[in-house]
Amino acid sequence: MEVHRHLDEELDGLRDSVLRLGGEAEAALKRAMHALTERDSNAAREVLEHDDAIDELEIEVDRQCVDIFVLRQPAARDLRFVMSVAKMAPVLERIGDHACNIARAVFDLNNEPELKNHVRLREMGEIASSMLEQALDAFTKNDAGAARDVIKRDAEINELYNQIFHELIEMMTKEPATATRDARLLFVAKHLERIGDYVTDICELTVYMAEAAVIKHRH
Amino acid sequence: MSTPTQIIAPKFELSRRAALAQRETKIAVAGLNFYYGRAQALHEITLSIPERMVMAFIGPSGCGKTTFLRTLNRMNDVIPGTRVEGKVLIDNQDVYAPGADVVELRRKVGMVFQKSNPFPKSIFDNVAYGLRINRLTSSKSELADRVEEALTDAALWSEVKDRLKSSALGLSGGQQQRLCIARALAIRPEVILMDEPASALDPMATSKIEELIFDLKRQYTIVIVTHNMQQAARVSDLTAFFLLGKLIEVNATEKMFTAPDEKLTEDYITGRFG
Amino acid sequence: MRTLSRTDRTRRAASGVMTMLTALCTFVAVGILLIILSYIAMRGLGALNLRFLVDTPRPVGEGGGIGNAIVGSAVLLLLSCVVGIPLGIATGVYLSEYGGGMFAGVVRFLVDTLTGIPSIVTGVFVYAVVVLRMKHFSAMAGGIALALIMIPIVARTTEEMIRLVPHSLREGALALGAPQWRVTLGVIIPAAASGIATGAMLAIARVSGETAPLLFTAFGSRFFPRNLNEPIASLTVQIYNYAISPYDEWHAQAWAATLVLMTLILSINILVRFLTRQKF
Repeated sequence: MEVHRHLDEELDGLRDSVLRLGGEAEAALKRAMHALTERDSNAAREVLEHDDAIDELEIEVDRQCVDIFVLRQPAARDLRFVMSVAKMAPVLERIGDHACNIARAVFDLNNEPELKNHVRLREMGEIASSMLEQALDAFTKNDAGAARDVIKRDAEINELYNQIFHELIEMMTKEPATATRDARLLFVAKHLERIGDYVTDICELTVYMAEAAVIKHRH
Repeated sequence: MSTPTQIIAPKFELSRRAALAQRETKIAVAGLNFYYGRAQALHEITLSIPERMVMAFIGPSGCGKTTFLRTLNRMNDVIPGTRVEGKVLIDNQDVYAPGADVVELRRKVGMVFQKSNPFPKSIFDNVAYGLRINRLTSSKSELADRVEEALTDAALWSEVKDRLKSSALGLSGGQQQRLCIARALAIRPEVILMDEPASALDPMATSKIEELIFDLKRQYTIVIVTHNMQQAARVSDLTAFFLLGKLIEVNATEKMFTAPDEKLTEDYITGRFG
Repeated sequence: MRTLSRTDRTRRAASGVMTMLTALCTFVAVGILLIILSYIAMRGLGALNLRFLVDTPRPVGEGGGIGNAIVGSAVLLLLSCVVGIPLGIATGVYLSEYGGGMFAGVVRFLVDTLTGIPSIVTGVFVYAVVVLRMKHFSAMAGGIALALIMIPIVARTTEEMIRLVPHSLREGALALGAPQWRVTLGVIIPAAASGIATGAMLAIARVSGETAPLLFTAFGSRFFPRNLNEPIASLTVQIYNYAISPYDEWHAQAWAATLVLMTLILSINILVRFLTRQKF
């Protein structure tokens, strides 16, 4: 089965690439959150430096997907796998971008007075990180159930976002002097909320890949 | 009844389902067993083929798909020692009932073979053959009209209209195959069976045949046996997967190739065996 | 250009020798045929003239010709074709279409045996069955005898030629709703036509040269044929009679008659080849 050995090798290669991309995105998020909570500008700089690697990996995954489509004409579960990966890669790249945005905010925030216990941003960051980790695990294991569980946690992030939003708005009205800092923190919260949505997308793709069920826009 | 969001849901899926729902069953096969002497080639095949759609039979070599195709117009009768059990109902009439008219069956159910087999006669006489022996026309001009109609339907008219009296054997492979299709169409069958019609043709000729099938399915029920899964995917509405003489799965083509129900089907389609 | 190795040279030499040998054999075979034809022509041309071709035999010294023999041969050939070829083709068709069963196997065996029966035996048989019944020799009996020789030859070649027609042609016709007999008649036989015709031609060529059976059936005559119930002359019998006679004049006439016979057979061959050339 010469042809099929090639196909299996290529599918494995694709899985490796997208998991490396996922790993980079995970690391970027963790590093950015660390930079934020520890006020570490060096960590923030590292996030920005690693972003090129993420972009390159996304382009590589794209190329591999197109090659497999045209040369191997995958069908059934192979087709769903490649399709999901092709859609997952840009999502991971955007997660990386949002991590970068958080890192950039850190530079400015470090010139501002610290906000004690950062409202609940640390918690929000941890939820987002663990969601991403679990989503990538579910993808690797082809586990639709685990993916669905992760989607449920997006509600927590949205909850937190609303709470932080109101807190920060209140603080901005009460203490206009630190309004700039508060606004930046609000944007960081927004980035984290978006990351939660992206992780949800990844889980929907995992469910499609494993079960051929399309659950997006429907939960 | 249905909310706005449901209506916006995939139009393609709805129209395909709707098409299936309105189609009558043209061919219904129930519990078909087929024997070459003592060897059993087909096991309990049960299948319904709706009218005016294309159904593809796929499966590895020797899985029985061609044997099954030939039971539909009783072409296996010419092979000595074969035996059939079960029913094959076309328009609700069992074609294997004692006393069934085989000649009438073959007028209704036409066949195109893997290797084109034009008669060593002129192009005109080839297409007219079925019309003449079944006495379907009453005048020379009517015959000529029917021949032209058949050649046009087979997308061959413009290429041969100036040399109808020349030998059919002088045509290229792809043209010969279209001639055989015209010959089958001339007697206005209701079903067309195709046994790997394009396997001996180059890609250009193949795509002409595939386009033709697309046009023909508006009027005819078509069953096509093919080795080429991409062809099945391109050309058919429904696909049936056979293995070792058994029918494993029947499904809408796009479902068969993205998310088949049976693991065996998926293994075959992804090339994990066969 | 490298020089040839020893094995190369020996191989080429062997190839050359074989080519030469086969060419030699061909020349011998064709040469013999040409020698026969030219010898006959040489000996026969002398007595050949128009009167010879249209006149009936006369006593020695008065000239005479083979006119009635030519007509007689033609009549006998026609008779035997009319009877023998259809029967032969029908038998061949039967054997190829329904050739699976035991009965067909027996038929085939008998047909094969019949091809080997010496023609004189056939002649004697027809003598016993037809001539004795009718109490006289006749053209009819001669035609029957020749037909009996033709039938097995035509049957076997017809069967072989039909078997050569690809099965796919048969299936294509059946799939259009043609009943079996129509397929055989309208598609298979036309497709095998040139082969069948070749078989018929072989049979004709064979019986054109038969003498022995005619001795007991058609017998011979000095006159132009009037009806089929009378004995009839034929080229072969005439040649035989003249050849065993003690007269030189008749010997010369025999040579001429031989030349005419050969020419006729050759012409038949060429004509049949032309008529059955593959148009499709």
